[in-house]
Amino acid sequence: MNILLFFVIIPILMIFFLWISKNRNQIRGIMVAGSSLLLILAGILTYLYLTQRAAGDTAEMLFRSDYSWYSSLNIKLSLGVDGISVAMLILSSIIVFTGTFASWQLENQTKEFFLWFCLLSLGVFGFFITIDLFTMFMFYEIALIPMYLLIGVWGSGKKEYAAMKLTLMLMGASAILIAGILGIYFASGATSMNILEIAKAGNIPHDAQLIFFPMTFLGFGVLGALFPFHTWSPDGHASAPTAVSMLHAGVLMKLGGYGCFRVAMYLMPQAANELGWIFLILTSISVIYGAFSAIVQTDLKYINAYSSVSHCGLVLFAILMMNQTAATGAVIQMLSHGLMTALFFALIGMIYGRTHTRDIRELSGLMKIMPFLSVCYVIAGLANLGLPGFSGFVAEMTIFVGSFQHTDIFHRVITIIATTSIVITAVYILRLIGRSFYGEVKNPEHLKLTDATWDERLSAIVLIIAIVALGIAPLWMNNMIGDSVLPIVKALVIK
Amino acid sequence: MDYSQFLYMKEEVSLIVVMAILFLYDLIASEKARKYFSVVACVLLGAHIIYNLIPTSTPGSAFGGMYYYTPMMTIIKSILTFGTLIVFMQADLWLKREDTKFKQGEFYFLILSTLLGMFFMIASGHFLMFFLGLEMASIPMSTLIAFDKYRHNSAEAGAKYILTAMFSSALLLFGLSFLYGACGTLYFEDIPALLTSGNYMQLAAFVFFIAGIGFKISIVPFHLWTADVYQGAPTPVTSYLSVISKGSAVFVLLTILMKVFAPMVTEWQNIIYGLIVITITIGNLFALRQKNMKRFLAFSSISQAGYILLGVIGGTAIGMASLVYYVLVYMVANLAIFGVISIIEQRTEKVSMDDYNGLYKTNPKLTFLTTLALFSLAGIPPFAGFFSKFFVFMAAFKSGFIVLVVIALLNTIISLYYYLLVVKAMYINKNDNPIEPIKTDCYTKISLTICLIGIIGLGITSIVYETITAFSYGM
Repeated sequence: MNILLFFVIIPILMIFFLWISKNRNQIRGIMVAGSSLLLILAGILTYLYLTQRAAGDTAEMLFRSDYSWYSSLNIKLSLGVDGISVAMLILSSIIVFTGTFASWQLENQTKEFFLWFCLLSLGVFGFFITIDLFTMFMFYEIALIPMYLLIGVWGSGKKEYAAMKLTLMLMGASAILIAGILGIYFASGATSMNILEIAKAGNIPHDAQLIFFPMTFLGFGVLGALFPFHTWSPDGHASAPTAVSMLHAGVLMKLGGYGCFRVAMYLMPQAANELGWIFLILTSISVIYGAFSAIVQTDLKYINAYSSVSHCGLVLFAILMMNQTAATGAVIQMLSHGLMTALFFALIGMIYGRTHTRDIRELSGLMKIMPFLSVCYVIAGLANLGLPGFSGFVAEMTIFVGSFQHTDIFHRVITIIATTSIVITAVYILRLIGRSFYGEVKNPEHLKLTDATWDERLSAIVLIIAIVALGIAPLWMNNMIGDSVLPIVKALVIK
Repeated sequence: MDYSQFLYMKEEVSLIVVMAILFLYDLIASEKARKYFSVVACVLLGAHIIYNLIPTSTPGSAFGGMYYYTPMMTIIKSILTFGTLIVFMQADLWLKREDTKFKQGEFYFLILSTLLGMFFMIASGHFLMFFLGLEMASIPMSTLIAFDKYRHNSAEAGAKYILTAMFSSALLLFGLSFLYGACGTLYFEDIPALLTSGNYMQLAAFVFFIAGIGFKISIVPFHLWTADVYQGAPTPVTSYLSVISKGSAVFVLLTILMKVFAPMVTEWQNIIYGLIVITITIGNLFALRQKNMKRFLAFSSISQAGYILLGVIGGTAIGMASLVYYVLVYMVANLAIFGVISIIEQRTEKVSMDDYNGLYKTNPKLTFLTTLALFSLAGIPPFAGFFSKFFVFMAAFKSGFIVLVVIALLNTIISLYYYLLVVKAMYINKNDNPIEPIKTDCYTKISLTICLIGIIGLGITSIVYETITAFSYGM
């Protein structure tokens, strides 16, 4: 049996056991067991993947297997991973694990919450292990719909509006995506929906590419917060409960970048080359606009949500540069942003749980009251603005070095513009930290608050370890990803 | 006479036997035995399904071409009968009421006569045969709609239905007379050779034919009766109307378009194209503002009919397979919702969407089932509705109707919005006076469980679709 199947089987089993669970302790037990298993599984997979590569296996995808499904429509459950998917699986399992602990204290309808949460993670894991267009898309949509209930029922603020907006925008994008996928399948004349086979045949006519590339890219891009369709993100993330914000900003937004890269660009390279500049302009607007918007926000979650728009914009920006360095940087940025933003949302959730406000004007001197949470927040902030030693630096550095390899004016100028986002990020992060975490405690009520409990500490520490590890020793990850983006980048070079 | 011809009519004959037994049971059963009426009806119908499940004969025709048979028809007939069985189970609670108890037998008999009418309609090889089947499916239906004649708007709905049905029958007959005038025959076998593309008389005949059958499927602009009738009819009858009646008509439309009107393919594709666009869009837009659950589902079913027609437009084998599959998937999801509405209506008399606010707090299981069914209708994986929607899109896309598919896809967002409104009402909205916890009876439980299994299982396992594909055929 293929090891990858366990990434789907474990969440399904978790859903099943949650369904029959009786009390809160059982639910917690199931969640901890399941998410730890997933984390261990991701570790084993990484080890096996690396050893298999070291042994000289140069196939594009490893752990391949096909299970026949709707055979009359050429739909198969095709499994396979390369370095990009392995990196994403590690990320997802870390976030699911920490998300479980971040919602440890949840009291309202715990069972249902985790039920939908598991369905969400089922979609995420399924998306990264499949390479069949239909199955990929199916898992993609599975990951979208639980968001509605998770935000609508357990969210805060204007949750109903945010939930509806998020769901409709993302589902709208996925409706366009269906057209794109059907277009790819029928235009290629392939007898399979397997991405590798369609890419190998590479016979999608030029005209068809020009129609279906924008559809597919846009369909995935909306989830990657592509300007001007990013507006679901701030509202959605601000209203979502902690663990859901973590999983959504941390992993789900990566589905967008991953899909753009693996489906839209890989399968339709000619159109990507011809139309890429339009999307490049849009993404650089995302990068700058997201960062500027974050400056004027006063809500911690909104700041982080706009920061996510900016950083996820950078992912799309980098993959559109279409060279190996930038693409590797894009994947590392996905990882790095996923970890950072999850840490941010986890910490914001913990702070909000104590102070009952997320307004930075009402928060001050938190360092004196809850030192552990505050230090973690400062670390996350520093990683976010790209301080060397943290993952953010590695990612952004790689992206900008890769982008600057282009010698033409357009790419150079746009890279320079995008680079300014680093400075703007520093502005909002440092201002926020200075105002809310240092200085005097203005609200005497806050003096009674306590620091993090063990479950909160665990979730924060795991994320920080991952961020630092990626920042200090990025090389193995860099190599693993770099080898895997190569086939896609090669396909993008038009002779 | 060659009696082996009757072998083609296995389904019809066995259904008539079931009807006869139920009729006699109604006549002679004692008061005590009548308590088991629904068991008897369900078991008989179940036996009928099992007996006819596997297509045995090869394609052929009987009675000089009046009756026509392909193995695919067995599949669609089994699906329709299966739906009827679920309706029987869901109707039990309603039939046990004081004012309907004594007409239980009539209910079964009338429903099965409409089903028999649909069987004949599906299997017809001649337009008169088709017309007889259609009438047989329509007239008892109006009686069923007016079944609760002293309650609500049932009688009014029945009158509306029969008047519209008659009007559309007249249109259909008018069209058939044109066709007869143009071709000199009404046999399905002979007409195609006599049809030519671009003949206005034949085109007029076709338009009238579409108007007649469009009424049964309730495609826009022949849908005006739908909301009122759905609202007025007793809920089990509404669910029967929305699923089985619609499913059979849409299948017949496909077979007739493929078999009879094949030479006019460009013309009818254009007409169906326009009908799909307005059906989906108008159905969706009207569904947005509905506050009554039954009216809401009426408009939702109109837009669903538009999606089903996506399987018709190509006239291909994959289109037929996806259509039949869509009907099945739509059936389980819709019957699940109607089952829930029905039991809530029987217990509390509440059908307004506002009454469903906060349903999750009091009835988590029913709410959960309704949510899954709504998700399935909206086409969200891993529920069966996603697969069926994807396959009809695939079928239409393969035939080259790319713009149409995009329009339909954009419409799925509108439909998602109103399905989510119901979900929102049940989970998120507050209610000071929520529906109290409802005790479901055993029949409803079984039927809802079957629906739940269908909603989850039909998509994830491919066996049903593959079986359907094996028997489908194209132009």
